[in-house]
Amino acid sequence: MTPSYASYNEFKEQLLAAFRDNEERMNGERKSPLHQIRRTALKQFDQLGFPTIRHEEWKYSSVNGLLKQSFDLDETTTLTMEDLAPLEIPNLDGNIIYFVNGRYHAELSRLISPADQVQILSFAEAIKSDPELIDTHFARYANYQENAFTALNTALASDGIVIRVPANTTVEQPIILRFITDTRTKNITSQPRNLVLVGKNAEVMMAESYRTLGEGASFVNVVTEIVLERDARMQYYKVQNETEKAYHIGTTQVNQADNSHFYSATVTLNGNFVRNNLNIVLNGQQAEAFMYGLYMPNGRQHVDNHTLVDHAMPNSYSNELYKGILDDNSTGVFNGKIFVRPDAQKTNAYQSCKNVVLSSGATMNTKPQLEIFADDVKCSHGTTTGQLNDEALFYMRSRGIPKDEARTLLLYAFSQDVLSQIKIQPIREYLEKVVTQKLTK
Amino acid sequence: MLSISNLQASIGDKEILRGLNLEVNPGEVHAIMGPNGAGKSTLASVLAGREDYDVTGGSVTFDGKDLLDMAPEERAAEGIFLAFQYPVEIPGVSTTNFLKTAMNEIRKYRGQDPLDAVQFLKLMKEKMKLVNIDQSLLSRSLNEGFSGGEKKRNEIFQMAMLEPKLAILDETDSGLDIDALRIVADGVNQLRSPERATIVVTHYQRLLDYIVPDFVHVLYKGRIVKSGPKELALELEEKGYDWIKAEAI
Repeated sequence: MTPSYASYNEFKEQLLAAFRDNEERMNGERKSPLHQIRRTALKQFDQLGFPTIRHEEWKYSSVNGLLKQSFDLDETTTLTMEDLAPLEIPNLDGNIIYFVNGRYHAELSRLISPADQVQILSFAEAIKSDPELIDTHFARYANYQENAFTALNTALASDGIVIRVPANTTVEQPIILRFITDTRTKNITSQPRNLVLVGKNAEVMMAESYRTLGEGASFVNVVTEIVLERDARMQYYKVQNETEKAYHIGTTQVNQADNSHFYSATVTLNGNFVRNNLNIVLNGQQAEAFMYGLYMPNGRQHVDNHTLVDHAMPNSYSNELYKGILDDNSTGVFNGKIFVRPDAQKTNAYQSCKNVVLSSGATMNTKPQLEIFADDVKCSHGTTTGQLNDEALFYMRSRGIPKDEARTLLLYAFSQDVLSQIKIQPIREYLEKVVTQKLTK
Repeated sequence: MLSISNLQASIGDKEILRGLNLEVNPGEVHAIMGPNGAGKSTLASVLAGREDYDVTGGSVTFDGKDLLDMAPEERAAEGIFLAFQYPVEIPGVSTTNFLKTAMNEIRKYRGQDPLDAVQFLKLMKEKMKLVNIDQSLLSRSLNEGFSGGEKKRNEIFQMAMLEPKLAILDETDSGLDIDALRIVADGVNQLRSPERATIVVTHYQRLLDYIVPDFVHVLYKGRIVKSGPKELALELEEKGYDWIKAEAI
């Protein structure tokens, strides 16, 4: 077992050493363009270090708790289908791809879509079999210059998924990525890296689900890069339901071309510390992005959603709705940034964040940031944070609905604005069930 | 059925009900009238169990049970219904779902089996006719974006579904035009029965042309200062409340 406490620098040193060890085992790959990017990213991570709350982007989200943990960088474990039974999502059908401690797990995974609809490769495989593809796209979108965690992932990511949807193709079955962290014997950290390329006029539904097994600590630092070509459409859901000892930092970076449509829902049900970055670059005309979010921290959990929509071209549209239900001593953060570039005339950008705070110990920090450099645009933003509506509660009780039931019904209805957006039905039903359980607890 | 004795209630430091007495028997319709600020809506709210009010004295029994000791949902399950002056908008919860939950919670309280979907829909169809309410309205979020008339009709529809022993109508006429008033009043009248009592709280006599009371009480400064037959309402309409105020002093 590793020591129970590592200082701030120890964890960083451990990660830097892992990179060097890995490098020493390399032969020809050391000179590859991929490795050159990794080296740059590592240098960047070394220079940036882990952010502190003095960093504007991390003002309300201290990673000190994470840095106090120690993690075993050896992620090997054995896991069977039976171990996964409690984590199952009922009735889920589609391409179900398992990652255990960040590693693609072929035996557990099931690919059913034909190869002419979609090509799915593990990132580790793709590095070997299609280095050109990786060189063309890897780390081209997610910013590792400024974000230490993205830099860390870029340097160390060894596995994940690479998905390619050819032009004019609809992937009929959804693609579900299940990231399982097995902490039954040790504290685990992983750096999954995903790349999704959706061709012209192609369509795909994808979900990322994060779960933890065992009582140990976990730290998942994931980066997903998504490229939507002209007229492409994508449904993207990120669902976290991890444990009280789970640290999760993730960046989803989306690049959209003309008339592409991106629909996303980010649902955070459980985790000690969760930071979701969703960055969308609307790099085409008539491109549209819809972002929904739901977070329900309780206990001492912390959930931070940072969204960034960059309207780079004229006539694009973005709409986001994030909703939070905060209980006990939990904290939430919503930071929604909208850029409208000088060229992006006729931009429509809407943002809304609504929160219900159920206890006096819970805190919600919201910060909308609009930076508009074009003059012919329609932008709006609004945030509300309040308690459950007493009038509504009394109304329901006066009809015979007990207080707890009334409260659950109101909060469930509040969450439905987000959950109803999820088009993969078994995932929506699963979430509705877990949300109800969490509300009635 | 309902026995209110020396009821005193306040909100914050403000005393509103100052020793109110009222007896209501099954089958009776009582009108509570009075000038603004007399305590009419407070009485309705205290009976339904709104927690903003502190009951500082007196007692209320309902079918022999201490009403003041019960949570609002228990009062509803015992058979009390309050039609709100301002029905609350509840986004994301349809009237249908809301009522189904309410009815089955009440049935649970009474030790009855829940209604299944078929039974519930049948009952709903039957009661919808009473207040001429449309199915599409009931599948929308409760009261959200409803007109004033639709909200009040929905209140009476809920009352018809829940079949209370005692219905309290709090200023149900406020904000209604004459057609909507007639529909709402018709609904209430159809629900009149020898077992059911009704308390109609209103500022104006107008509603009482349609829902004819057995007794009229005038509430002033937190007390009932005058009671009489239905003709008292007409007298109030004609002479206003000033003479009552003068008498009360």
